[in-house]
Amino acid sequence: METYRAKIREIAGRLLQEEKVEMVIGYQDGTIPMITPPMNAKTSGDAEKLTWSSHCCINLANYLTEVKGKIAIVAKGCDSRSIVNHIAEGKVNRDDLYIIGVPCHGMVERQSIATRFGDDIEEVVEEADGTLIVRGNGREEKYQKAELMRQNCKVCVHRNPVLYDELVGEPVAIPEDIQRYEEVEKVAELDLNERWQFFEELVSTCIRCYACRDACPTCYCPTCFVDEARPQWVGKGDEEPDILTFHILRAFHTAGRCTDCGACVSSCPMGINMRAFTKTLEKDCLELWDWEAGLTSDVRPALETYTPDDPEDNFK
Amino acid sequence: MRILQIEKTDWSAGLAKVRSDYSLIGPVTEGNNVSKFRELASGEEPDLFIATTTLSPKSVVFPQSEVMFTYTMDSNSPECNIMQVPEKNYSPRAVIGIRPYDAAAMLIVKMNFDNPDYRDPYWCDAYEACTFIGLAVTEPESCDFSTSTGSGPFDTSGLDVLLVDAGDYYLAEIVTEKGESWAKSGGFDKETDAAGVELFSSMREAAEAKIGSAVEFDKIAEKETMELYNESYWDSISFPCLNCGTCTYVCPTCWCFDIQDETAHKQGQRTKNWDSCMFPNFTIHTTGHNPRGTKLMRVRQRFMHKLKYHQSKYDKGIMCVGCGRCVTSCPVNIDIREVCRQMNSESEITSND
Repeated sequence: METYRAKIREIAGRLLQEEKVEMVIGYQDGTIPMITPPMNAKTSGDAEKLTWSSHCCINLANYLTEVKGKIAIVAKGCDSRSIVNHIAEGKVNRDDLYIIGVPCHGMVERQSIATRFGDDIEEVVEEADGTLIVRGNGREEKYQKAELMRQNCKVCVHRNPVLYDELVGEPVAIPEDIQRYEEVEKVAELDLNERWQFFEELVSTCIRCYACRDACPTCYCPTCFVDEARPQWVGKGDEEPDILTFHILRAFHTAGRCTDCGACVSSCPMGINMRAFTKTLEKDCLELWDWEAGLTSDVRPALETYTPDDPEDNFK
Repeated sequence: MRILQIEKTDWSAGLAKVRSDYSLIGPVTEGNNVSKFRELASGEEPDLFIATTTLSPKSVVFPQSEVMFTYTMDSNSPECNIMQVPEKNYSPRAVIGIRPYDAAAMLIVKMNFDNPDYRDPYWCDAYEACTFIGLAVTEPESCDFSTSTGSGPFDTSGLDVLLVDAGDYYLAEIVTEKGESWAKSGGFDKETDAAGVELFSSMREAAEAKIGSAVEFDKIAEKETMELYNESYWDSISFPCLNCGTCTYVCPTCWCFDIQDETAHKQGQRTKNWDSCMFPNFTIHTTGHNPRGTKLMRVRQRFMHKLKYHQSKYDKGIMCVGCGRCVTSCPVNIDIREVCRQMNSESEITSND
């Protein structure tokens, strides 16, 4: 982590100093433990505030569609795939980007640490060997990072950036025994009623703050369908059909484009694991069309293309 | 100051008695580990171990979604196109375990919904039906900066009763007549002794001393509005913002709402829903023009409203009680304490004079 941080600062400082880019999008230390707010470093002084930790859960590619000019961006595996997706969809120009690639060791789930620790957390220190020391209310606990990793990070098979100009470290090895779709297979095994109940309970706490959508790099529609007024596709209240409609339609809109970065889940203030929707669609895209989002910018995403020899197993 | 002593062994039986005069509302933890206030089912007790509920109790009087009117557009009906107020239940309800800062927030929201110019009957009637049985904060969390906003861990300004967890028993300060009625209803009538009174004030002092987080906003009041508005820091403050509604929805003092008509066939309802100044839709005109079209404008508006405009309009401090929910819930850690510090600090731009 220390090495990554130093390297990110060095590269960012150099790029800004040499005026290669107008800003560097990266993470900075937060005011509370376990969160790293995105920042736009514009001077080499700002570059010294850039950081790296196991709490860089926000997908920075989300910010690329808001800025113009020559931009450098810190990108872990999933962020880099979202950048590729942006390039494929014509949202950003590769030539305007300088990608500072970060081989990723996974991010930890803030919520699960908070639940596990119990007390109000005042400080979290990460040691080089992956031990997290959590302090608060006069107590101290040590946890292994591996056990607190976000679910999407546990099953990630694209931990190294797929597109970059410079890497901050050696590529990481990908474990061979990853069961990518174990969690969605469990849901798929449920019968129809149970499955519906599962999804109902999943979104039961939704307050429609739209943090999931707003944290999602693939959700860049100028006007989201839930915000349309003419016609109004979805009711604005707290009725379950409207809430489910939002989540299900949003998930389908990200199908073949979602990189399972987990920013939606990490951003949700109400603890909703909306990956249960998106991961299923990722699996379908892989099985039906051998498609994984964000690995190439030469081809449009799976649901945006058609070829005569497409398999038709999805028509039922 | 009248302070009762309620033994915890008598608590459940007392609450059961209270139920004959009041419905009970209290904090509970539900799915996805989310805690909030809702009506308690028969036999269900409030969870008084939750420090700060995920969602504030503002929904007790200001639900996220509330039907204001129903109507029919059936021309065969004599009621065609006439708005009808649906039947509402405003019978007495006791809100048990509300934290002092959340009750203080109700008073801030009241300034908007109940004032000489305007009275929102839905909010006011629900508010008046409530008896607020507060629970003092004895172990303040690190993001609690309530003391510096004018509230605090033992603040009784919005409460009818203040409970203090003293181990085997609660000390209950009776603040209002409403609170007295609630205590009577539960059969809580044992006054504490001098030692209890002493314990109450020492626990209060200890709790206040434990709050390690604070904001200052005196200079914001003095500064010119446009000086704050034109500050350069809004760019870096707003950059990470996702423009989601989390901060406003978890906030106990955010009161904005939107009114929607929803119809199915010829039947309709007019609903009041929470809205958020963080959403682009909040200010968009029918022409398509949006006077607050960028996220910088929206983020600035939220903080200017809470920390500047509210002070200027009412001269009663800021529109924030320091509960810390927005600090801990914001997905990108936009921290109102830090924004307040920047706004209250000496200006970085030089005057044009």
